[in-house]
Amino acid sequence: MNTSETELDTLLGKPWKKKPFVKRPWLRWLLIAGFCVYLVAAYMTIEINWMRVYEGLERGKQFVLAFTSPNFTSRSSDIYAGMLESIIMTVAASVVGIAISIPIALGAARNVAPLPIYLICRSIIAISRALQEIIVAILLVAIFGFGPLAGFFTLSFATIGFLSKLLAEDIESMDRVQAEAIKASGARWTQWINYGVQPQVMPRLIGLSMYRIDINFRESAILGLVGAGGIGATLNTAFDRYEYDTAAAILILIIVIVMALEYLSSIIRARVQ
Amino acid sequence: MLRLQKLVKTYKTGDQALKAVDLEVPEGQVLALIGPSGAGKSTLIRCINRLVEPTSGKVWLGQTELTELASSALRRERRRMGMIFQEYALVERLTVMENVLSGRLGYVGFWRSFLRKFPQSDVDEAFRLLDRVGLAHMADKRADELSGGQRQRVGICRALIQNPALLLVDEPTASLDPKTSRQIMRLICELCKERGLAAIINIHDVALAQMFVQRVIGLRFGAVEFDGPPEALTPDVLTAIYGEEDWEATIAHVEDEDQAEVAE
Repeated sequence: MNTSETELDTLLGKPWKKKPFVKRPWLRWLLIAGFCVYLVAAYMTIEINWMRVYEGLERGKQFVLAFTSPNFTSRSSDIYAGMLESIIMTVAASVVGIAISIPIALGAARNVAPLPIYLICRSIIAISRALQEIIVAILLVAIFGFGPLAGFFTLSFATIGFLSKLLAEDIESMDRVQAEAIKASGARWTQWINYGVQPQVMPRLIGLSMYRIDINFRESAILGLVGAGGIGATLNTAFDRYEYDTAAAILILIIVIVMALEYLSSIIRARVQ
Repeated sequence: MLRLQKLVKTYKTGDQALKAVDLEVPEGQVLALIGPSGAGKSTLIRCINRLVEPTSGKVWLGQTELTELASSALRRERRRMGMIFQEYALVERLTVMENVLSGRLGYVGFWRSFLRKFPQSDVDEAFRLLDRVGLAHMADKRADELSGGQRQRVGICRALIQNPALLLVDEPTASLDPKTSRQIMRLICELCKERGLAAIINIHDVALAQMFVQRVIGLRFGAVEFDGPPEALTPDVLTAIYGEEDWEATIAHVEDEDQAEVAE
């Protein structure tokens, strides 16, 4: 009705296609071809030493076979001590990390915090996320010496970057009107957060916290490799001594605990919805 | 009791939502604010309790001027203005009781509210209000378990427990069916009468507004286009507010409506 008769006639009977994302055809094809060329070139730079792979297959086989006969007993006291240390590190670092993350997440949400605080909190998150756990752990081991203290600080630090960022994003996407209604009643800022914001983001906070505890436990197994305590140290020793059966036992324990945590978190998340 | 003086709101985008609105609402008067979408009705209501900061102009609530207030004084004044929202704006994961008691947040300290230890008088009043709107048995339900009409009743309780002098009501019936809409409007107007409250009600449904209010303000492009009793809303007036349309089916003939209600 709005289009004039002749204009409509030119449209009728012709197929319709979605407009391409890059409009100029030559540019579009150049980008596609360039990407393919780069991909092929990149793969060609990876050198593969087939002789080395062949020799290594034997060691790989032994390692895999060790899982059929894991040895929990001969190093049981080391494994027990390492596991306990890992669990303590995980719990302590998660609690401290989450407690610090919450105020930072509030500060990093643009709809809750004023601009200067927002910028400060976003920088803290950026720093925490830019530094990978292993790098932080190496630095902290240099400062605090070998042991779980360095691991505890590393995991707390990493938790802040992870949890604050994702929680802040959830706060930013909350329903504004629910929070506005609390504000309209004359609530002070803290009450506004407690009544208007917290209920909306609570399931996400709990879900993320459970996930982070899971990650922290797995990380604690890695941190031992650089001397930051936990089960990783025991694992590292087992590898160094070619005790693949003991290493397999440790890995199986880690897998079981991670799966248990995953199961637990799914139960909790279902309950808080 | 409420007086707006040359109230102007210009948004950052340059849109002028309110153009020097003057308005005076005496004690206990219920008035309806009508006008097309984007005429500035919501902005006007939100400029009064400063959920939206007005650009210039004055708002007097009793003897207090609101636009100059610092944040703690503003909080105190907000307690005297209950607000009822479109789409209810209940905090969905909180219980009905928590939602109602959140209307008392301006009166209790942080720790009391954090631990949900409200004074007994507040809890009693909450139950009285919930009972008044027929929802006392729902107190421990979560707000998102309620139907639309029930939610809006909880919203009304939340506004009233503030013990306000003025109700700001933003599209209370926008997402309700016609029958529930009427019940909610009737409830709001009855409660205003019982408690001697003044109210400003934003509403799209002109016929519904005519049934319940004493005064109608028509807003167009952020300026007051009409101010008068509901009977004075003629097709010409509606054309001035909304633009050209056939209005005969929209305007309620007040007597007919009353009879229709009895039949219901």
